[in-house]
Amino acid sequence: MAEILGVGVDEEGYLLKIADWSEEIALAMAAEDDIELSAEHWEVINFLREYFEEYEFAPAVRILTKAIAKRLGNDKGNSRYLYSLFPYGPAKQGCRFAGLPKPTGCV
Amino acid sequence: MAELEIDKLPTYLEIPAIQKDSMAGDGPFKASAEIQEQLGFPGEKVENWQQIAIEKMAETTSKYRSVQVFLDACVKCGACTDKCHYYLGTADPKNMPVARQDLFRSVYRRHFTFAGKYFPKLVGAKELDDAMLDDWYNYFHQCSQCRRCAVFCPYGIDTAEISMAAREVMNVIGVGQKYSNQILGRINKIGNNLGMPEPALRDTLLDLEEEIEKETGVAVKLPLDNKHAEILMVTPSADFFAEPHIDGLIGYAKVFHQSGVTWTMSSYASEAANFGMFIGSYEVMRKGALRIRKAALDLGVSRIVVGECGHAWRVAYSFWNTLSGIGGGASDEYALKLQKQLDSNYPQPQHIIEFTYDLIQKGILTFDKTKNDHRKVTFHDSCNVARGSNMGDIENGQFILPREVIKAACNHFVDMPKATIKASTYCCGGGGGLLTDDLIELRIKGAMPRMQALKQSQENDGVNTLAAICAICKSQFSKVLPNYDFDPYMIVSVHQLVSDALVLSDKSETKAEDSL
Repeated sequence: MAEILGVGVDEEGYLLKIADWSEEIALAMAAEDDIELSAEHWEVINFLREYFEEYEFAPAVRILTKAIAKRLGNDKGNSRYLYSLFPYGPAKQGCRFAGLPKPTGCV
Repeated sequence: MAELEIDKLPTYLEIPAIQKDSMAGDGPFKASAEIQEQLGFPGEKVENWQQIAIEKMAETTSKYRSVQVFLDACVKCGACTDKCHYYLGTADPKNMPVARQDLFRSVYRRHFTFAGKYFPKLVGAKELDDAMLDDWYNYFHQCSQCRRCAVFCPYGIDTAEISMAAREVMNVIGVGQKYSNQILGRINKIGNNLGMPEPALRDTLLDLEEEIEKETGVAVKLPLDNKHAEILMVTPSADFFAEPHIDGLIGYAKVFHQSGVTWTMSSYASEAANFGMFIGSYEVMRKGALRIRKAALDLGVSRIVVGECGHAWRVAYSFWNTLSGIGGGASDEYALKLQKQLDSNYPQPQHIIEFTYDLIQKGILTFDKTKNDHRKVTFHDSCNVARGSNMGDIENGQFILPREVIKAACNHFVDMPKATIKASTYCCGGGGGLLTDDLIELRIKGAMPRMQALKQSQENDGVNTLAAICAICKSQFSKVLPNYDFDPYMIVSVHQLVSDALVLSDKSETKAEDSL
C-alpha cells in the first residue's frame, strides 16, 4: 500500500483515513504535484475541511466558489481562479490535499 | 501525473496505420474486495474462475439471444474497423470493434461451437487463460459502449452488448472495475453516484434558490421530497455538484417555474444515472431503477421527468418499462400500482428536453434570444440518446428536439460535420464507465474525432459553444478540451442556454396554467 509521510493513501493518492490528515501531509502532497501552498490554497483547503465536517461531503463547486468569493474577494470566487490554484481541479486535487475522499461520479 | 504527449488535431480525420499494442496495459484500477462484495460479487478472483466464467458465458448467450447472434454473425467484412473513436485516437488494432468482439468471440467459439471444440486453430477459437483475461479487462475497459460501430455493421452487431457481457463475466469471477463499482455501491447506499448525503443536497439546493432569486428577483424553487408534487424529477447527481452541469439544473428549475406544474426531486432517489448498464448486470441495473420507483410511489407523483443524462435516458426510455413498470411492462404488484398512479396523458418517463420542447410548442415559454447572442452554438449528440432512445415520439426526435430547444433560446446555431453527428455521432471519449482519471490517456485520445469535428466548426463557422445533454459528456469535455487548445468553459448544458434566455415571470403575479 502506498503511503505519504508514513500514512496510508489509496492508488490515486487520497488518504485512506481522514483522521490521518495534518498540514504537513497537505504540504507533502502539494510538493509531489509541484505546487507551493499559498494563503489562497489554504483558504480553499480549510473551507473544504469545514464543509466536510458539517456535511460529511465535499461542497459542490458552486458552493466552494461562493465561499471563496466571500473570503478572498469576488474576483477570486470563480472556477477559473480555483483551477489556477489547483490545476487538476479544485474538487479533486483540493479534496486530496484536504485529506478528504475523492469526489467521483459523472464529475 | 506525467504529462501526456497529445498530437495536434489533424486537418482531416485520417484512418491511422495500426500501432500494435499501443494501448496494452493493466487497464483501470480494480475494485477492492469491499466494493465488489457490496454489489454481491466475489471480493477476489475466485479459484475456479475459468469454469465460473464459461458457465456465465453460457447463461449470458442463452439469456440474451442478441449476444449469441452477434457472436455468430460476424463475417469479418471490416466495415467497423475505422468507426471506433478509440481506434482512430489510439491506432491500437485491438480497439477495432471486430477485434474487441473477437476477444470474447474466440472464447465463445472454443467452448460453444462444434468447430471450435475440435479444431480450435482453424476457427480462431482460444482458451480463456490469464493472458486472455488480462486482454479482456484492458480492452473491454477501452470501449465506451457508444454503439457507433453497430450503425455501420451490415449485421448490426453491437459491440456494446458484448462489452457489457464481458464485464459481467469478469464481475462474477471477482474482477471488477473500481470506478464503476464504487459508484454503484454509493447509489445503493446513499441514493446517488456521488455519495452526496441528504443534508448536503438540501443545502446545495437552498443555495441555488438564493442564487437564482438574487440574480433574477424571482423566487424559483428547487423542491426536495415534496409529497404534493405532480412531477418527480430525476437527474444525474453531477447536476448538483459539478460545473457546467449545475447551470443546467438551474435551467430545469426555471422551466418548471414557468410551466406552473409542481415538481420535486427525491433525496432517496437523487440519481438518474445507472451504471448497472455499463457493467452489464441486470440485477444491479434493476436495483437502481427500483429506487426511482419507490420514490415515485412514496411521493405519489403522477409524472416522471429525467434530466440531462445520456445513458440514464437509454435506461429510462428503453428498459424502465420492464425493470420497474414505468411506462408499462413489468407486472409485479408495485409496478402495477405505479402504472395506475402515473398519468397516461403524458409520456412516462419524459425527458426534460421533451418537457421544455412541449412548452415551447404551446407558446408558454418566452425567450430573449439576444441573451445568447455572444454564443455560436453547436450540439454534441450523446451516444446513448442518439443510438439508444428517442424523444417526442417522432422519427429522429432525439436529434430534432434538442436542436429545436437550442434554436428557441439562441439565434446562432450550427451543426458539426454531418458524418460526426446524429446517428453517426462520435462519443465524447468518456462514456460507458470510463470517465475516470486512471484512463485519462484513453479519454484524451478517444476524444480526438469529436475534437477534430469541433475544430472544423470553429474554423468554418466560428463556433464557440458546445452544448450537450449528458453529465458524462459535460465532465469529459471540460477535462479534455484544453488538450486540444479549446476553452474548457465552452461546454454547456442545453438547459443552461435555456436558462440564460428564458424570460421569468413572478408566479405570484401570473396564474399557473391549468392545462399543463
